[in-house]
Amino acid sequence: MNRFLKILFFALLVKPMVLLGLGLNVFFKAKLPKQGPAIVAANHNSHLDTLVLMSLYPLSQIHKIRPVAAADYFLKNKLLAWFSLNIIGIIPMQRKHIRDTSVLFAQCHRALDNGDILLLFPEGSRGKPEQLSDLKRGVHHLIKSRETLKVVPVMMHGLGKALPKGEMIFVPFNCDVVVGDAIPFNSDAKCYIDSVSDALTLLLALCMTRQSVVKDDLE
Amino acid sequence: MFNIPTHSFYMMIFVVILLITGSLIRWRLQVKNPQTDYLELKQRIQSWWWMIAILFGILLAPTTISIIFFALLSFLALKEFFSIMPTRQADRRILLWAYLAIPLQYYWVASNWYGMFLIFIPIYVFLFLPMRAVFIGETKGFIRSLGTIHWAVMLSVLCVSHIAYLLQLPVKNEQAGALGLVLFLIFITQFNDVCQYIWGKTLGKHKIIPKVSPKKTWEGFIGGVITVTLISGFVAPYLTPLTMVQGFVAGTLIAISGFVGDVVISSVKRDLAIKDSGTLIPGHGGLLDRIDSLIYTAPLFFHFLYYLHY
Repeated sequence: MNRFLKILFFALLVKPMVLLGLGLNVFFKAKLPKQGPAIVAANHNSHLDTLVLMSLYPLSQIHKIRPVAAADYFLKNKLLAWFSLNIIGIIPMQRKHIRDTSVLFAQCHRALDNGDILLLFPEGSRGKPEQLSDLKRGVHHLIKSRETLKVVPVMMHGLGKALPKGEMIFVPFNCDVVVGDAIPFNSDAKCYIDSVSDALTLLLALCMTRQSVVKDDLE
Repeated sequence: MFNIPTHSFYMMIFVVILLITGSLIRWRLQVKNPQTDYLELKQRIQSWWWMIAILFGILLAPTTISIIFFALLSFLALKEFFSIMPTRQADRRILLWAYLAIPLQYYWVASNWYGMFLIFIPIYVFLFLPMRAVFIGETKGFIRSLGTIHWAVMLSVLCVSHIAYLLQLPVKNEQAGALGLVLFLIFITQFNDVCQYIWGKTLGKHKIIPKVSPKKTWEGFIGGVITVTLISGFVAPYLTPLTMVQGFVAGTLIAISGFVGDVVISSVKRDLAIKDSGTLIPGHGGLLDRIDSLIYTAPLFFHFLYYLHY
């Protein structure tokens, strides 16, 4: 039943909205992992990020795409929790368990074992519009024990204009989605996170909408 | 057939024959040179098939549906502009108001309110957007933002809506009908793009504006203008109320302004250091890349025709 609602939600609402209200310039879509277990590591500027990434997958596969999201935000009331867990299918992350990584990532590991594709936003929060904040090391904890796991970087640009943090009103903009090459494994957490960050910055250069940001806003 | 006026019907058949010829040439090229990659050419021609199919479908539909289609075209063009041009985070609300100008502008078209159709954007929208911006209160970058926003609205809403208004003019050439005017405008504009390209490819030597568009040459431009002027003179009496001589003038007007529209959008892209304005049409780039010349030719052709015959 929930899977049916999920397909309905994406078919009737998300996909048409992404197609017409937004309009995407997708580059190298073929590099997206088609099958799990895999991780998609994307930059995060808007709630739309998750919906846009999920809309790139066919309806038959959407239930395999699992965004990792903050429990304190998305489970804060009953309605939002039901929607996040059942329609979007998030994996809630209890940010207060931060000391005990095995508890923190238990659900993620279960999903990966199940062959799901995890959507991760290593910045942790949406931050300022169209800016890449420092990446958190969480991804590395997750892949430490999985050297062969495919981690694909995705840079999105323009969504921080369409619906930035703290805004309720949606404004139509074309957005770029650039998919990069899988990031090679590295046992050193800092090097690994730096390579994710570098990969994202490199992909930004391919974004058509990159010039639409006014410098004054960045200060 | 479907109550299509005969001249417009033959024109559509002619365009389809041109497309079939194009597809066959592409296919022969591929057979002759199996090593060469013709992917972009193939995508271009495929996209042409789609665009022609959509355009003809829309033109044969009831006028209200055609007008809604052109409103959608304006929306996509404006969205492309707003997505590539620098705008401030504080401008989001103003952009939303700018988008709202589209349904209103096309409502004036649909209700045949000519005066409002003409002045709505250059007067009311022009005065309203800065007022809205003042209430938001961000003055840093105010001039540049309001300038770019209104410029984009003029090009993608006011100019494009002239194509839709052609459908509302009283029919004066019964055999071509209202859609004859639109077919003429779009065909001659696109034909001009092709002619300038072919003349430039075969004879091109002297660059016309190397800083903007290094591939554009005087030979291509002049060859295009002459060819299009001649063809237009012969086609105009068939599809429009224009006489042959007026058709020659319309052809020259479309050829020159089509070129200008093309290089104006090229300058925008060059300023932003991007090659295309989007990825909406495979093989062509964005919508603006395709309708760049039409943005200029549509209002100029419209008012030339209106002055002489309405």
